[in-house]
Amino acid sequence: MTELPAKVMQSLLAGLGRFSLMVAEVLRSLTTQRLSGRDLTSQLYYIGVKSQTVVLVTGAFTGMVLCAQTYFQFHKVKMDSATLAVVSVSMCGELGPVLTALMVAGRVGASMAAELGTMRVTEQIDALRTLATHPIDYIVVPRVVATMIAVPLLTAESIAVGIFAAYLVGVHLLQIDPGYSLVNMQRFTDHRDVLMGFIKSFIFGGIIATTGCYKGMHCGQGAEGVGHATTEAVVYASIAILMSNFFLTLLLTRLLALI
Amino acid sequence: MIEVRQLRKRFGDQQVLDGVDLTIEKGESLVIIGRSGGGKSVLLKHLVGLTHPDSGQVLVDGRDISHLNERELLAVRRKFGMLFQSAALFDSLTVEENIAFVLARERNHPPQEIARRVAEALEMVEMPGIQKRKPAELSGGMRKRVGLARAIIYRPEVVFYDEPTTGLDPVVSDSIDKLVVRVCERLKVTSIVITHDMRSMQAVGRRVAMLHLGRIYTSGTPAEMMASTDPVVSRFVRGISDEKVHTF
Repeated sequence: MTELPAKVMQSLLAGLGRFSLMVAEVLRSLTTQRLSGRDLTSQLYYIGVKSQTVVLVTGAFTGMVLCAQTYFQFHKVKMDSATLAVVSVSMCGELGPVLTALMVAGRVGASMAAELGTMRVTEQIDALRTLATHPIDYIVVPRVVATMIAVPLLTAESIAVGIFAAYLVGVHLLQIDPGYSLVNMQRFTDHRDVLMGFIKSFIFGGIIATTGCYKGMHCGQGAEGVGHATTEAVVYASIAILMSNFFLTLLLTRLLALI
Repeated sequence: MIEVRQLRKRFGDQQVLDGVDLTIEKGESLVIIGRSGGGKSVLLKHLVGLTHPDSGQVLVDGRDISHLNERELLAVRRKFGMLFQSAALFDSLTVEENIAFVLARERNHPPQEIARRVAEALEMVEMPGIQKRKPAELSGGMRKRVGLARAIIYRPEVVFYDEPTTGLDPVVSDSIDKLVVRVCERLKVTSIVITHDMRSMQAVGRRVAMLHLGRIYTSGTPAEMMASTDPVVSRFVRGISDEKVHTF
């Protein structure tokens, strides 16, 4: 009876150990190896530029629906002009970073796991090793660095578009007073909210890339193995983003209060 | 140059290598034969340091590489070139970028020199002028040739071939065998070929070692192996199955 939980625990701990070793190797590579500008640029293009559409659409519609829902509640207590302030604070500190990271995890994390998984099952990763190239240096580090740069930038875009879309809905559709709204938005949105969103999205970028690369590099054999790795990369990254978001909110609120 | 001592490797319940002892001299052309699933590729991966053994040693120029970490192994692997069974070309790169991979990563070769050496390597494998093609546009035989060009461009001391003729028609197989011999003679490299293709064994091998039940069962020249009266060797080289044993 106790054999199954023991096996699951053993497998979980082994996985965590392998993941930690990979992250340690990434950090070692970052401090000792030269990162190829060409590899980084091509990853930045794929992860950052190509993800813009999905991130912008997500940001815009999130801002719009958040504005509408907030307005419907605030209108009952005659607080219409606080609507955009709520949208702004929520988008900067929570919804912008989290939703952007979840969308990037779905698009980029899955793609990394599938690409690296295919490289593994077709012996391309072994071929790299025989060509005196460490797979972490060539495959993982450019992806991790590019994702950690791209996700904060995508988050900034998503927040800006979300607030702008909310403004359009609030002012032109729901007839909220634009002057009071903008003043309230500036009054309640602190630089700490922006900084919190930036720090979170930087960490989420690291989670997405390391999870996607880890799952790809340790995937099972054949098409089934690649399929499982792709699914697990998205699921694990999404769960890790949502869980870490809670703890980051508590931690960063305390830390940023000191500034 | 390479010495294997009492190499053992187990995967789950299966003891794949059970005390392999093997010595490979510099400049030698060795063929390792054995049944499918008998551990030939696993042995090859140990020789290159792609897999760590449960016990035993792999000595390269007197240095045990079996317990080196990945970064330490990179320097050792610079002496090696390897042609994979599937060629393992990088899909996202062109033929030229695949072949020039190691030189481009070293960052101390001017582009003109890299282009010249890529063209030379392609000439050597009789595939000139395909620099700009992608691996997906190549046939199985062409991929193997490009894989070999990638393995020899940086002048390794040892070239490993994992089933170089598997999946190819007899004519292309023969051309690959001739290419292996030519590379060995012209570049003066040590060749280690894994195969279960008897024609290939006779064409490329100067010495043959047979892996059976996880150990080197016997070794000799290709002619000696073909003429062997030992039942295990004789059945294998003639392709006769033992009816009492399921072979699949």
